[in-house]
Amino acid sequence: MDTRRDFMKCLAWAGTGIVWSVAGGVPKAMNLGGAALAAPADGFSFVQISDTHIGFKAEANPDPNATLQVALDKIAALSTKPAMMIHTGDVTHLSKPDQFDTADQILKGAKLDTHFVPGEHDVIGDDGKMYFDRFGAKGAPAGGWYSFDQGGVHFIALMNVIGFGPATGGTLGKEQLDWVAADLKGKSASTPIVVMAHIPLWSIFPEWGWTTSDADPVFAALKPFGSVTVLNGHIHQVVQKVEGKITFQTAMSTAFPQPEVGTAPNPGPLKVPADKLKSLLGIREIAYAPAAGLKLTDEPLA
Amino acid sequence: MIAMIKRRALPLAAAVALALAVPAYAADPTEAPQVAAAEPGTVTIDNFAFAPATMTVASGTKIVWNNKDEEPHTVMSADGGMTFKSPALDTDDKFSFTFDKPGTYKYFCSIHPHMVGTIVVK
Repeated sequence: MDTRRDFMKCLAWAGTGIVWSVAGGVPKAMNLGGAALAAPADGFSFVQISDTHIGFKAEANPDPNATLQVALDKIAALSTKPAMMIHTGDVTHLSKPDQFDTADQILKGAKLDTHFVPGEHDVIGDDGKMYFDRFGAKGAPAGGWYSFDQGGVHFIALMNVIGFGPATGGTLGKEQLDWVAADLKGKSASTPIVVMAHIPLWSIFPEWGWTTSDADPVFAALKPFGSVTVLNGHIHQVVQKVEGKITFQTAMSTAFPQPEVGTAPNPGPLKVPADKLKSLLGIREIAYAPAAGLKLTDEPLA
Repeated sequence: MIAMIKRRALPLAAAVALALAVPAYAADPTEAPQVAAAEPGTVTIDNFAFAPATMTVASGTKIVWNNKDEEPHTVMSADGGMTFKSPALDTDDKFSFTFDKPGTYKYFCSIHPHMVGTIVVK
């Protein structure tokens, strides 16, 4: 039980409509009053969606296609047009061809350049072949991880769902860890880094698989950098942690919420009254300006 | 040694043949250790758990996993799915695997890896 308390101490549940300023490593929350965050003239903004679970049809949300569309409509209505979108995994619910197809069709409607990482729901039965055929990054190493640059920010997309297991939670593996070190080598310490991966890269609740067991070498490689933001999905709720210059933040799902740590016997979909569902689903807008760093805004769908 | 194997193998084959020809004999408790191999075992998946969590069966037994949970699950051998690996099992979906070699086979759900189970094959 002590272990669980220690986890809890490190966590902060982010409320809705709050901006997290992560410049300088110390989060400062400002109440937004629901207004969208305007990107400074010399920066850019992007959006994160996660856990769309296309194909899910149980009581917690009989129509995840519709709630994804609400999320995309919300993104389209932002006052600053995002430069791109990232999807932090569990695109589909059961890795079925029609689910990949439906997800692809709906997501294309956003008309945004989109960068994906898979969730464990996207790699069932075929180690992600169908997922990679459709959403994999062109020219990525065989393992599926990749990096890219956008507006002065370096993005690293990691794969931690293939070795997902009982003793380990998410795993990255030596080959990927070596690749991360090589990818960061020679980069200026002032380059802002955004790391995206499906399963949280830090330990939130290993009993439910909410952890990545071998991520320490990633943080060692990131140590010289002044601004690091780790964006995860998987747990269908916003949990934030700041450790030194690294800010970790999980995202809401667009499909269904999951229980907070320790509030249920298992991490299954949380059933809530229909009129409450959209308040627990959401998108994230991330604005970047060289002077201000990255600002994260989590916005519920309603 | 050879003679011993032959002695053991013969009644087993006979019992299987008998069980197939006359199913009523399967209910005879004296035949149970032999006929177990011919009858599939069932592991029920419900409420984020495999039941029974550990099952001991004779070599040649087919195990059927039956997902009775509202949630989808998978069945993946602990060697990274090299021995057996199911597709996604939605509610009421089944997956089966026949265990031909004695050993202890640990497995888990690849979507909820805190769900673990073991098949012991004698």
